[in-house]
Amino acid sequence: MSEVRFGQAINRALADAMAADENIVIFGEDVAAPGGPFGVTRGLLDRFGAERVRDTPISEAAIVGAAVGAAMSGLKPIVEIMFMDFVTLSMDALVNQAAKARFMFGGQYALPMVVRLPHGGGINAGPQHSQCLEAWLTHVPGLKVACPATVSDAYALTRAAIADPDPVILVENKSLYAVKGALPEPLPSVAIGTADIARPGRDATIVTYGAMRGMALAAADMLAKDGVETEVIDLRSLQPWDESAVLASLARTHRLVIAHEAVEAFGVGAEIAARMADVGFDELDGPIVRVGAPFMPVPFAKELEARYRPDAARIVEGVRRTLA
Amino acid sequence: MTAANSSSPLDLLRTMTLIREAELRLAQLFADGEVPGFIHLSVGQEGVAAGVCAALSSTDTLASNHRGHGHALAKGLDLERFFLEIMGKAEGMCQGRGGSMHVADAAVGMLGANGIVGAGLPIAVGSALAHQVRKSGAIATVFFGDGALAEGVMHESFNLASIWRLPVLFVCENNGWSEFSPTSKQLAADPCALALSHRIAARSVDGNDVLAVHEMALVLVDEIREGGGPRFLECRTTRVRGHFEGDPQKYREAADAARSEDDPIGRLERRLTADGVPAPDIEAATREAKRRVDAAVRRARSGTAPAFDAALRDVYAPSEAAP
Repeated sequence: MSEVRFGQAINRALADAMAADENIVIFGEDVAAPGGPFGVTRGLLDRFGAERVRDTPISEAAIVGAAVGAAMSGLKPIVEIMFMDFVTLSMDALVNQAAKARFMFGGQYALPMVVRLPHGGGINAGPQHSQCLEAWLTHVPGLKVACPATVSDAYALTRAAIADPDPVILVENKSLYAVKGALPEPLPSVAIGTADIARPGRDATIVTYGAMRGMALAAADMLAKDGVETEVIDLRSLQPWDESAVLASLARTHRLVIAHEAVEAFGVGAEIAARMADVGFDELDGPIVRVGAPFMPVPFAKELEARYRPDAARIVEGVRRTLA
Repeated sequence: MTAANSSSPLDLLRTMTLIREAELRLAQLFADGEVPGFIHLSVGQEGVAAGVCAALSSTDTLASNHRGHGHALAKGLDLERFFLEIMGKAEGMCQGRGGSMHVADAAVGMLGANGIVGAGLPIAVGSALAHQVRKSGAIATVFFGDGALAEGVMHESFNLASIWRLPVLFVCENNGWSEFSPTSKQLAADPCALALSHRIAARSVDGNDVLAVHEMALVLVDEIREGGGPRFLECRTTRVRGHFEGDPQKYREAADAARSEDDPIGRLERRLTADGVPAPDIEAATREAKRRVDAAVRRARSGTAPAFDAALRDVYAPSEAAP
């Protein structure tokens, strides 16, 4: 067991995977010599060499497009798009190529590729460097999407994404990179598609993922002071997502709140709410409540962004609403 | 049949006639309702596919575009599974999930035709990266039209290939038409100048002269294999038919499409005759192509409808395949 930062856990996962498989390459903007905009790929160039760890020009379409061609030709590319906001420029390669290649070519090609996308606000980076756009990607058949919240899961999900034969999007919340946590020994492994019960409870369920896991746990602490015991489910994986774990929790608590940093409307929470309103209908003793960002671009000014981002207090409000 | 590693004029003729006969049959099958969806034919452009692919080996990879039948067949795709696919059958090479715009064959390095203009360029660049990193000795090739030169990803792909000196051959089939609009009104730059501005050596040939295409492709492929980095080849050619089958082409003068003296097959046949190749040898190419196409279509008609559940299960790799 060692105490490392979230970003270091991803770095360790990348390095361990690269040491085990020489077909793994990493490329993206400033990931080699500079070590990544958030330091996540630091040291990999020195350890694995310029052939396998490459800085690219500022070419998001070609970065992901080249990952597709590389994956079809025997490599296991891991690419980074510096901010998730820039994935707009990669969408053809992701949506029309990576997601469909296996299916539309009749299973002739596997696409073992990973696209790392730092998302999220909280650093006053403004409307084009702060978004949480993961719902777009969860909507595309053929892509998998994971979003770790803890140091242990950052390591485990990165390894799982690299080992996966399909294209996997790793969504990493920027506000988590510097957070310290325990990296267990032996090193952890997690299957994509399995949720984690972050805190057990009996009165209500909060389903969340990514940086909002911390907010949800803080909300649960606040509620516990009033005797309300909430269960916090960290999805860890958004596509596929662990429907049975959410349903099982709902069957214990009969109240459901879904919290994410992304815009609430048409988000990941909408899908979970819709499924639980269907398959979990008989378990529900209150309305399904979503807590997400308002329907506006992420604002820049501190006062604006602080109000924009969902926090523990808003999750508490949400839980109280479904308990009312 | 595969034209890879072989370059005799008669072989090139056989490849071109196979593409021609296959596509003319597809046009008929489409008109008769036996081919669903829509198809884009490369009639008149066969010299480019045949000339370039004959310079490639079977381990070289190839990304193509929406007008990709010729590229696929020239790279050595199985003719029966080609027709089975385009007619939407389970036994097709893509199990009936892709159709005309997505024919692909991993066995011959065919990375797929592609429905998105320009999308093949970065895919070929990535494939070339794999060849470079794995030191496979193979190269990647991509066919795209002049229309794709107006896509932004063209620049990104040229730039990346050039700075990393990747083993990739960019083949621009300049047929003068960007779908329904003349390229003269669509593209401000000269195609070769675009490549040269990215420090990619560029050559332009008469794409309707298959021998010229092949000769130039051999030179460029050699240069790429020797570590020279990417090369660009513009092949000036003619789109005889519409953008898609059924395109009424009201935007276009009939004479533009129908100059038979440009036809790459007729040109090679006249050349072979002048060189003293006996007429029966020349005629055999078309006759043999028709025979093979007939047989492939017969087989394709007996194909079965794809099972929906099997398709639904194949969106992701089977979970047991995960390491």
